[in-house]
Amino acid sequence: MSELYRKISSNPFTISLDSIPVLDYAGFFDQTVLMMKDEAEHCAALYAVEMNGAPRLFCCLANDNDHCFRLYSTELPRERSTVPSLSKEIPQLHVFEREIHENYGVVFEGHPWLKPVRYPHDRADRTSVMDNYPFYSIEGEELHEVGVGPVHAGVIEPGHFRFICNGEKVLHLEIQLGYQHRAAEKLLSESRNGISRCVMCDNIVGDTAVGYALSYAQLIESLSGTLPATSLQIERCIALELERIAVHIGDTAALCADVAYQFGQVVCEALRTEIINTTQFWCGNRFGKGLVRPGGSNYIMNRKVVDKILQVLEDVGKRFAAISGRIYSLPSVLARFEDIGCVTRSQALDIGAVGMAARTCDVRRDIRWSHPFQYYGESSFEPLVFDTGDVLARGLLRAEEVRESTELIIELISAWNNLPAGNSGPDYNLSLSPDSFALSLVEGWRGEICHSAITDKSGNIIHYKIKDPSFHNWMALAIAVRQQEISDFPVCNKSFNLSYCGNDL
Amino acid sequence: MYKEIKILRQHGIQYVKDLRRQPVSELFRGRPVISADITGKEIEIVSSLCPSGAIDDKSGAIDLGRCVFCRECEFCLREKIRFTNDYRIACSRREDLVISPGVDTPLRFDGNVVREEIRKIFRRSLKLRQVSAGGDNSCEMELNAAGNVNFDLGRHGVEFVASPRHADGIVITGPVSANMAEALRLTYEAVPDPKVIILAGTDAISGGMYAASPAIDRRFIEEHHIDLYVPGNPAHPLTFINGILDLLSIA
Repeated sequence: MSELYRKISSNPFTISLDSIPVLDYAGFFDQTVLMMKDEAEHCAALYAVEMNGAPRLFCCLANDNDHCFRLYSTELPRERSTVPSLSKEIPQLHVFEREIHENYGVVFEGHPWLKPVRYPHDRADRTSVMDNYPFYSIEGEELHEVGVGPVHAGVIEPGHFRFICNGEKVLHLEIQLGYQHRAAEKLLSESRNGISRCVMCDNIVGDTAVGYALSYAQLIESLSGTLPATSLQIERCIALELERIAVHIGDTAALCADVAYQFGQVVCEALRTEIINTTQFWCGNRFGKGLVRPGGSNYIMNRKVVDKILQVLEDVGKRFAAISGRIYSLPSVLARFEDIGCVTRSQALDIGAVGMAARTCDVRRDIRWSHPFQYYGESSFEPLVFDTGDVLARGLLRAEEVRESTELIIELISAWNNLPAGNSGPDYNLSLSPDSFALSLVEGWRGEICHSAITDKSGNIIHYKIKDPSFHNWMALAIAVRQQEISDFPVCNKSFNLSYCGNDL
Repeated sequence: MYKEIKILRQHGIQYVKDLRRQPVSELFRGRPVISADITGKEIEIVSSLCPSGAIDDKSGAIDLGRCVFCRECEFCLREKIRFTNDYRIACSRREDLVISPGVDTPLRFDGNVVREEIRKIFRRSLKLRQVSAGGDNSCEMELNAAGNVNFDLGRHGVEFVASPRHADGIVITGPVSANMAEALRLTYEAVPDPKVIILAGTDAISGGMYAASPAIDRRFIEEHHIDLYVPGNPAHPLTFINGILDLLSIA
């Protein structure tokens, strides 16, 4: 019997297109259902590419426990085919099937929620427009609907939230996205310019610029068979951890703001400033744009940068420990966080939650540990897990991850100290392996960022696919607010802090 | 309470005293300086590598309204192009964002192009509504930071508000995605007259990396008078704040 899937143990990886098993749809269906019964398995990527006039579906599962990927594919007979939906059996695939439906018109029969994901400019059904989103509704004299957005009260990205409430209580929340769609994947697929692609990846999700640039850089390095120097790998991990620390502290400020604990807010805002100014000291940009590049770096870490990082981390670490200790011991704050916006472990597994959203529901899922990339495999990193699934858990996880990332950076720097300086500038003209499929995962501060590319016979990228962790996790927010007071929505939302532009691309 | 006081002492004084002259790190990518003796050949090289088409292929001038501040032109041509850390690069006339070779003077904010009513009415209080239209959330975070404990733009009566009805103008970020075009128009219409429009970040000014995207719709920007351009990727809080202070002619 021929192989049903390719088992791959490295992240990132590149394999030739020919070697990916092509199953018939029934086989693809059965295999997916069978493998995904294992709760450690989640979908890293499931997307369609038009090849020879019909969509070919690639599915890549990631297993938390055996640290491997499983990759396989199927060919649909034509565009707008009708096939049985996997989401009925495996709920976490709902959003992947919706995306394929939206892009290619494939109908997934029996899909419980076959609704638009982001209204891309080249969607299969042009009659589907933002204004006529098919919202779920419930009839009842006691019920009312509340619509919020797309433009929100604060300075944040646009999205529309539609609540169905019974009095103050939320029965149901539906989130309509797509306002941020800028065709990033299409521009990346069509670009033949190595610099443009890098800079584009800095500018897709600005709050995760390092995570995105790193996903891109290691994908290109994998496609070209380039192994980054150890010192460069360490520098990238440090940049990624600085990004995590900065956002986690900033989110702690935002959580405090939402429960009117202004003291916590202003202290955390000032601490975040210290961290992002350190990133700016290193590379001239507070968000780390331009810091990560394939093949090398324009901002090779030096003694001055290292000393600055160590000094700031020591100071901020101490001060953040003091303020977070205060925040999480105040009854008035705890009353707003504890048992609010709960997601259970089985819900998290069902929806395929990743990153922080998973780790606060007792799911040990962290790409730094399960599919280590760059230098993480050699570090002592272990994921932190909380089990209450509420706003408090998401707050406490942030505080703990700030501490852990700080320690990790110190460890990384001592490893870096022992290495010879040997990094060079970036290489934008790496030649890529032809007729290949490549995939790269990075654990950004929200969770796993997946970049994947397919090349043609000359080694040009013909399809570029991105998956933000928010693509999985928006459903977690929708579930978290059920049976909550609608006034708790802001704090629930902030506790996830999901990305709109990452979803809409 | 005692614990809070202890934290406060640890915290020290956080606010930036002089928003006009606050130093930023040396590497910060602000106003570029292009050498007067850049050759035609060199111009050709850097203009073709520029990912956002910000460098004119004839004159070699850099348009800060298109520049995404990646600094790749400088890395390619270190002797001829240099990004300084001068963050005061916001202005009210689109042409003023174009930096020609040989120019190494701070950008001049020309107050004459500012509508008189702006200064008259908004000088002591300017309330803004922010619309993110395809922004990548970095500019949005920097605008939030402009009001934080460090930069405290609120000290000049400038604040972001939660409704266009309470606002004196809008600040747009992002290249204006087609899916946000209608919401942007509606928000602007809901702001009472007279009102200002500010573009924050290169994406908003020119589309930035998304200028060629089939999913954007920039008609709103083309059809309206823009009062302030704030370049940057993202626009630094100090760039935004200095632009606002110039717009309102606050010293």
